[in-house]
Amino acid sequence: MKLRKKKSGNRLMSRPEEGKNPSRGVFTRRALLLMAAQGAVLGALGERLYGLQVLNGSHYAKLAENNRLSKRFFAPPRGRITDRFGISVAANRINWRALLLAEETSDINGTLERFAQLVPLEPRDSVRIEHELRHKRRFIPIMLRDFLSWDDMARLELNMPSLPGVLIDVGTTRVYPFGPLMAHVVGYVAPPAEKDVVHNAELALPGMRVGRSGIEQTQDLNLRGQVGSVEMEVNAVGRVMAELDRDSGLAGDEIALTIDSGLQQQVLGRIGDQSASAVVMDCRNGEVLAMVSNPSFDPSLFDSGVSQAQWIEWTNNSQTPLINKAVSGLYPPGSTFKPAVAMAALRAGTLSPSDRITCPGYIDVGGTRFHCWSRYGHGTINLRQGLKYSCDVFFYEVARRTGMDPIAATSELFGLGAKLPEIELPHVRQGLIPTPTWRRAHGHHWNGGDTIVSGIGQGFVQVTPLQLATYASRIATGRNVQPHLIRSVAGRMADLTDLGRAPGMDMPEHFFEDIRAGMYAVVNEEGGTAPKARLDIPGVQMAGKTGSAQVRRVSRAMRESGHFNSANLPWEYRPHALFICFAPYDAPRYATAVVIEHGNAGADVAAPLARDIMTDTLRRDPVNHREPPGQEVAQAEVD
Amino acid sequence: MKFQKRLLRAEPNFQILTKLWQVNWLYVLLICALAVIGYGALYSAGGGTSRPFAGPQSIRFCFGLVMMLGIALMSPAILVRMAWPLYIFSLFLLVAVLRMGHVGKGAERWLMLGGMQVQPSELAKIALVLMLASWFHKISYRSMGNPLMLVPPALMVLLPVALVLKEPNLGTAVIIGTVGASMFFGAGMRLWQIALLVLPMPFLAKIAYGHLHDYQKARVTTFLHPESDPLGAGYNIIQSKIALGSGGMWGQGYLRGTQGQLNFLPEKQTDFIFTMIAEEWGYVGGITVIGMLLLLVFGGMLIAIRSRNQFGRLLGLGISMNFFLYCAVNLSMVMGAIPVGGVPLPLISYGGSAMLMVMFGFGLLMSAWVHRNSTFGETTPGEKD
Repeated sequence: MKLRKKKSGNRLMSRPEEGKNPSRGVFTRRALLLMAAQGAVLGALGERLYGLQVLNGSHYAKLAENNRLSKRFFAPPRGRITDRFGISVAANRINWRALLLAEETSDINGTLERFAQLVPLEPRDSVRIEHELRHKRRFIPIMLRDFLSWDDMARLELNMPSLPGVLIDVGTTRVYPFGPLMAHVVGYVAPPAEKDVVHNAELALPGMRVGRSGIEQTQDLNLRGQVGSVEMEVNAVGRVMAELDRDSGLAGDEIALTIDSGLQQQVLGRIGDQSASAVVMDCRNGEVLAMVSNPSFDPSLFDSGVSQAQWIEWTNNSQTPLINKAVSGLYPPGSTFKPAVAMAALRAGTLSPSDRITCPGYIDVGGTRFHCWSRYGHGTINLRQGLKYSCDVFFYEVARRTGMDPIAATSELFGLGAKLPEIELPHVRQGLIPTPTWRRAHGHHWNGGDTIVSGIGQGFVQVTPLQLATYASRIATGRNVQPHLIRSVAGRMADLTDLGRAPGMDMPEHFFEDIRAGMYAVVNEEGGTAPKARLDIPGVQMAGKTGSAQVRRVSRAMRESGHFNSANLPWEYRPHALFICFAPYDAPRYATAVVIEHGNAGADVAAPLARDIMTDTLRRDPVNHREPPGQEVAQAEVD
Repeated sequence: MKFQKRLLRAEPNFQILTKLWQVNWLYVLLICALAVIGYGALYSAGGGTSRPFAGPQSIRFCFGLVMMLGIALMSPAILVRMAWPLYIFSLFLLVAVLRMGHVGKGAERWLMLGGMQVQPSELAKIALVLMLASWFHKISYRSMGNPLMLVPPALMVLLPVALVLKEPNLGTAVIIGTVGASMFFGAGMRLWQIALLVLPMPFLAKIAYGHLHDYQKARVTTFLHPESDPLGAGYNIIQSKIALGSGGMWGQGYLRGTQGQLNFLPEKQTDFIFTMIAEEWGYVGGITVIGMLLLLVFGGMLIAIRSRNQFGRLLGLGISMNFFLYCAVNLSMVMGAIPVGGVPLPLISYGGSAMLMVMFGFGLLMSAWVHRNSTFGETTPGEKD
């Protein structure tokens, strides 16, 4: 009450004369003008806010979502490779490693310096890191060091705050439990080359590996799997606030080979330290049960990089440890070619099983004398005996009668000098069955002598051990068996696992019987060339064919001197020793081809080896085994 | 002693309680409401705690509220007398900041005084308003027709503008200049004088642009094309627009704005506090805040209109205009309508000197309201001239 009185009194006391002050009217007008302007500006801002939030809200909401999401990719574990019983022949080992995410640090060099103080970097690492920093995109992590020890990890974890951008990550690295034993079949992996990364950005992820040889190479896409990713909520400096979504990717497919690692080991044991190659096939379905190429190498060395010295040693080694001789080694088949020549002649009608040819120890064709391996000749013999004694003159004459084109055509049907499309290996060589057409294409004239020497698998004829094994399988079964190495991919059985899928050879069965009979005689009859190949298993017989392929022409002088003995030659001039076989004779299941480089006579060296391999194979019976026989190979430690 | 006696003599009938009753409490309530919204926003900017921002800011606000009420009680006569010393002091501080200023973000804006960071340009704005109001109060409306009478107040404006530009703080310089100009306008500057000044403006602007620092030019160019440098100078604008836009109509919810909480918003507790609010409360929250700010501006302008003395009118206009420009520049900035330039949102943004100076300004406004009917020392028409 009192207050109000005061107030009104005050007003009365101080009220000026209205209208006497022109500044007040001007001020009011102008203030109202300014208010209108202020209202307009704030109104416009409210309008703009409406546009941003309501009209374009969903657009910005999407941007906001992208803002807080960071997707980080990681390499999936590479698919395991196992043998036919599930034993790992290529597996993954946990690998703790330190990565650098360049986009998360403002001072890359500082981070690297502090990192190197904690975990030393080799000069090689530094060069690589510098290179990757320049070439990789900022959101793809760069590997600083892998195979961190627990000590390294503890030191890094402790110092994480001063190492912005450094991540400790678990990856995997490839291990090959069998080392050199499976190196040629399984192959190896190596870090991707720059040109690979250009074609496939996924390969830039640390830990990504590319198969460089063997199954690792041909099945690379299956084994690689699908890249996984983690979606994280990050703040503006990239610090992870929460993990929102994890796509663990897909581990690469597990691939089961047809190989029986136990048998593989036994075959290698039989070969010893010879430079040789052996292939064991299930001749009913083409599964390769063992494929050995000796000497070999340790495939795990490639994962981190092979030293220069090691590389030079491998490449200068005359026994070519890096080459899979079973598919890349080319050898003249020698006498092992003779069954194919016989089949060609039978098919062409230039020879019947009862035809007899006389061998005086040589044959003269077109003014040139071709010798039989036996100086004294084999007398008058038929096909069965020709194979049994491996009479050169017999096959000279058969080849002369038949001509090169039918021989080439038939031997290619057996897989010799032909592509084997089912085999899942890289660097598979095709070999060669020469023909007049081929010779002309190379600017030379084909003369009769070329046919003669080709008839005993010499001259230009070149085949691989795998082709020989396929050839033996096809003779044994009369079916167009295709060798293959993969039994299943991700649990799905590969096709072509049963014989029914291999079509017949389109050759009369009785021709096969004649040839098989000759090969039976080679091993099992008195006077055959390979008595040492006779199996020591009651009731089971093996059929086979020997071969000794000359790598150098034997001069007439040497031959006539009578002191010719190839064992006296320097190693690299000695003939290769070959043997092809299949068993059991009456119901063929396994076929084997053995090539011992510069091993001299097939009969003495290759035949007993093939017999031992076949004995092991039959005893293990890898086709019927369901349980892994080789449990001594621990699996848990490598997975 | 002498001062107290003068104070009593000037307003012998006024008791402190009477004056307090005169304070426009509705207006104070509006100020408090915005401060509460600011507290909530800073609480969110702190990641759901009062510790880094909200707590200290609320203490400052309480301190500022007491200061505001204290100033509200001061009579215009005293305020007029304070104008010169305060103005000189603010210029001194502006020079000091150039001499030994603390460099923050490429610009010398801060001064460490007794362990406290002060921004002299904030004080300069208020001091200039006070200075111009008392100057125009003293000269008659009619004498405004004489251009020579406008030279001293023009120098009063240009001096702090030049010093602030030197810092360099373009945004604040523009605000100081505009506040000064609006007071010239309100004081009754003749229209032909205004036209004379406005017409050469585009030409002057072009020259001024040539003298801008590179970083300021970059701001202008990235303002025009923010996407050209998304992780550099354009980052703030883009992030702010994203955060605003993602708020939508109803917002992402309090404490749940992803952009603010995940630190995509730079300086979210200071210049970009409105973005934070609009992200979490949506358009509804944003427009509410804008509406409240507009009410404060209009309220100030109405207080100015209601004043019966030129000092109170111009004080009210200057303070309202200053407050309005703060709001308009800050809001335009966060909405990407003008280049980013370090202007906080009054009452809401985190910051000591800005808060205190805003409350100081409201104190002056309240004083103008409380003393709206006083006609102290005003020249009447015909008396002079």
